[in-house]
Amino acid sequence: MSLSPAQLDRIAYRRRQTLLSVLVAALSTLVLGVLLVVAVTGAPGWDRVRESFLDPQVARDSLPDVLRGLWLNIRLLFFCAVGALALGLAVALLRTLRGPVFFPVRLLATGYTYTFRGLPLIIVLYVMTLGLPGLRLQGMPSTLVLGGIALVVTYSGYLAEVFRAGIESVHPSQLAAARSLGLTYRQTMRFVVLPQAVRRVAPPLLNDTVALQKDVGLVSLAGPIDAVRAAQIHTAETFNYTPYIVAGVLFVLLAAPLIAVTDWVTLRAARRQS
Amino acid sequence: MSLLACRGVRKLFGDHVVLDGLDFDVAEHEVVALIGASGSGKSTLLRCVNLLEELDDGTIHLDGEHITDPRADPDKVRQRIGIVFQAYNLFPHMTVLENVVLAPVRVHGMPRQAARDLALEWLGRVGLAEKAGAYPDRLSGGQQQRVAIVRALVNSPRLLLLDEVTSALDPELVGEVLSMIRDLKSDGVTMVLATHEMGFARQVADRVCFLDGGRVLEQGPPEKVFAEPVEARTRQFLGRIIEAGRL
Repeated sequence: MSLSPAQLDRIAYRRRQTLLSVLVAALSTLVLGVLLVVAVTGAPGWDRVRESFLDPQVARDSLPDVLRGLWLNIRLLFFCAVGALALGLAVALLRTLRGPVFFPVRLLATGYTYTFRGLPLIIVLYVMTLGLPGLRLQGMPSTLVLGGIALVVTYSGYLAEVFRAGIESVHPSQLAAARSLGLTYRQTMRFVVLPQAVRRVAPPLLNDTVALQKDVGLVSLAGPIDAVRAAQIHTAETFNYTPYIVAGVLFVLLAAPLIAVTDWVTLRAARRQS
Repeated sequence: MSLLACRGVRKLFGDHVVLDGLDFDVAEHEVVALIGASGSGKSTLLRCVNLLEELDDGTIHLDGEHITDPRADPDKVRQRIGIVFQAYNLFPHMTVLENVVLAPVRVHGMPRQAARDLALEWLGRVGLAEKAGAYPDRLSGGQQQRVAIVRALVNSPRLLLLDEVTSALDPELVGEVLSMIRDLKSDGVTMVLATHEMGFARQVADRVCFLDGGRVLEQGPPEKVFAEPVEARTRQFLGRIIEAGRL
């Protein structure tokens, strides 16, 4: 099949345009990069900053401890994310229940989301990790577990609202179709409403999980040593801030895959909508 | 005894009276067309029969059973009535096959394999077997509506309600849905259809009911209602339809 001269011309023109825009992008990136390097390294205090924030020897020395701390962050993140998603979904479902029997349950679920979205995480952490053990009850879990619970209750307050928004975004005609087939309310939720709702709110759910990843480190306020706390200990020993930079880089690397997944899911959802 | 019996059905939306003491009967294997202006209560009547709306007065009996009794289990009642909506309302996250087998498996406890076989047989009958694995957004409006009808029919309902099932379709896709309904009539499926397709109502319906003022104002065989309407309001309505070139 031969193309008309007009189409061949269009293809050739577009190819030239593409090449041109790649060149422009490369050039502007280079210029900006050079400007940044010159501005930072040319600053009057650059040598002192480099010594106290970017010392390779201190970075090497602190890396094992910071990594050990990071492993705690990863484990906490995993269990807290699973726990908060499960509890958030449960609270959201309780808020959608209808009928007078469920009034107290609805009230409780609503109060829960109001309280834990309003209460600063640090206060919940202190109450859980320092207040609860003070009761001297038998079988009190470790500080780490109590801190994890504090994270779960706080984050599930947010996630519950995200889930609820998803549930309410499913059009009533979908409920009518499901009920008209004889499905019960519970079956309608499980097979028709929730699958659509969760798909729709997957991007904000993942976004909150990225935020959780940074907040799990706050359990170190109660004792357990996470990556940031490990960096702080090293900094106090060496009077050098490099360990913080090490921890920061590790956090960004840890978040990158999760953020990439979030972007991908968001993009896919947007494509499905169109 | 009639399959469906509505007595003195009243339904209000706020202060607006949609159904005002309506009486309506459907015999087994009968096909009844509900006609009337927009807002005359055709859709509302169908939604009341399927218990998607609560009555403000009156009773509805199905097979002699009082289904608008608040003590009756609405899920059990709906299992015996199929409804097809104007906007299809297929489940977008399920394939065509999953849409169709959902109720047989989850509501009627049919084994998964048997439900699949039954669904594929039905989809084959309406020429959609090769679409079984597709998602609804890959289908044309006419195809989606035929899937929606199959989804209602696999449950062998006693009564099939069709709520303006061709209103959202492009004109060239209306035919495929109407011919499917014609086939169902020869199978003996009892149907009530709210419709604006007067030509089709004339062909397929055993009886035409003209709704006006929240009641059945006039009813009878289509040739009689369309050719020599008794009521002035019916004549006026049909006159407007003819003017619009729809009859």
